[in-house]
Amino acid sequence: MPLRKIFGTETEYGVTVSGPGDVSPVLVASMLVGQYGQAELRRVKWDFQEENPLRDARGFEAARNKEAAEEEGALVNLVLTNGARYYVDHAHPEFSTPETTNPRDCVLWDKSGEAILDASIKRAQEILPPGARVHVYKNNSDGKGNSYGTHENYLVDRAVPFARLAASLIPFFVTRQIYAGAGKVGSEESGVNDVDFQLSQRADFMEAEVGLETTLKRPIVNTRDEPHADPERYRRLHVICGDATMCEVTTFLKVGTTGLLLMLIEDEALDVDSFTLARPVEAFKLVSRDPSLETTIELADGRSMTACDLQWEYLDAVKTYLKSGRGDEAFGGSSWPEDVVAKWESVLTELDTDPSTLSGQLDWVAKRELLQAYRERNDLSWTDPKMRLIDLQYHDVDPERGLYYKLVAGERVERLVTDEEIKRGMITPPNDTRAYFRGSCLARYATSLVAASWDALIFDLDGQTLKRVPMLDPFKGTEAGTRSLLETYAEPSGLVQALQG
Amino acid sequence: MPQSERQQKKKKDAAPPSEEAAAANPEAQQKGRRLKEDMDRLLDEIDSVLEENAEEFIKNYVQKGGQ
Repeated sequence: MPLRKIFGTETEYGVTVSGPGDVSPVLVASMLVGQYGQAELRRVKWDFQEENPLRDARGFEAARNKEAAEEEGALVNLVLTNGARYYVDHAHPEFSTPETTNPRDCVLWDKSGEAILDASIKRAQEILPPGARVHVYKNNSDGKGNSYGTHENYLVDRAVPFARLAASLIPFFVTRQIYAGAGKVGSEESGVNDVDFQLSQRADFMEAEVGLETTLKRPIVNTRDEPHADPERYRRLHVICGDATMCEVTTFLKVGTTGLLLMLIEDEALDVDSFTLARPVEAFKLVSRDPSLETTIELADGRSMTACDLQWEYLDAVKTYLKSGRGDEAFGGSSWPEDVVAKWESVLTELDTDPSTLSGQLDWVAKRELLQAYRERNDLSWTDPKMRLIDLQYHDVDPERGLYYKLVAGERVERLVTDEEIKRGMITPPNDTRAYFRGSCLARYATSLVAASWDALIFDLDGQTLKRVPMLDPFKGTEAGTRSLLETYAEPSGLVQALQG
Repeated sequence: MPQSERQQKKKKDAAPPSEEAAAANPEAQQKGRRLKEDMDRLLDEIDSVLEENAEEFIKNYVQKGGQ
């Protein structure tokens, strides 16, 4: 039987400061996160007890100094009242959404992250020298061969052998770019000079099929094994090959189709062999570099198919599965699987006939349309710096500057969530996961919290005793399960006692 | 939907309307004009917010240490 899904994204934002003075990226990132958090949130540390980014899903552990890794990560860290984590990862501000149970909620808190970065800019701006300006981009590369990640996370049944999981996912990740890509001007792979525009930000950086690395020799399927939940039952699939996406429909499809596919894999309802590619890393780039979508890629069984053809086969498998009713219990009556399938089908149909009709739904189509129109009007070549600037500024999170937000303002983009919901999501957590309990405790008892993490809270009750409250089940700690308890106790000591009772 | 059915649909949908048909359809012409005006307005707006000195700005945008 498939597992109910948990969805989440983590986004490393690109940052720079223009104008006088020389402000290092690390300093800007620290300013953004530091200025956003109120004092009582700033003093709650991240609890590293259950963290180990070097544990490999294939069953071994990579050698590296774990303490050093913790120190790096601990620089500036916030756990927010919406259940999210907002911190400095190396030179980037990173926002990890709270745990959500469906793709639409994932879109909502992903968007709340953008709004939080925008609010951070405004606060950081106040302490910068006059004339200096902070820019924050939700994209994945600087155009010079340096990439930064947008990772997706999905809760997966530990019982699925990792090798089967990886084999099933690789062809899917190679082909989902046709709707999940954010679009990019040019190519950053050395020696590749004949690409004007490609579907994906990340394709240039994919170098291996499967692996633990995230900063070099990046793999299509990442093996990091940190479940942030009961390790006997769950794994957390950490997807690193995807793009940061601005269009709500694009993000919805990216996480929604992947979530559905994972349920088929868990239920052994996908014929893995019929999708296996002959050369996946090469295919990833071929698909990305052909916006006409006509390129065929070779399968291990000798067939050649377009990415769209393969996606239709995945969609057919998912539809058959939904009809069978085998996933109904895990879906719990939610309509998200049908909503994803309907959007998936309509988007594939348009991609087959006339992709330009999708400029209000897919990032790469929207960005390409802008670039084309701007190019024609100003008679520019694809290599003109203005083309790269439009590409970059499409991802600016400041609604006054960001070109995606200009499309939103012109009502050219389909919305799935409202501005009011996004604003609320900056403060309040989803109500149906443990993020509710985490966020609510931050809102109510921040001054008594010493540390927090995905799966635990550590309270300092009387200045002497530390109490660790584990939250190993992501589905527990919901509003339905904990609200009355939280409202009963104004002081955390009563709450902790009740929980341990 | 099955592959064969989809290919048929693809063909049918992809058939472009003939030029005469477009010329004979003032509504479509009007719509085309409106779309172009909209896009022109959008491009004007983009020009007004695009960072100055594109070449310099792009050159200075360097991001190290990402995952």
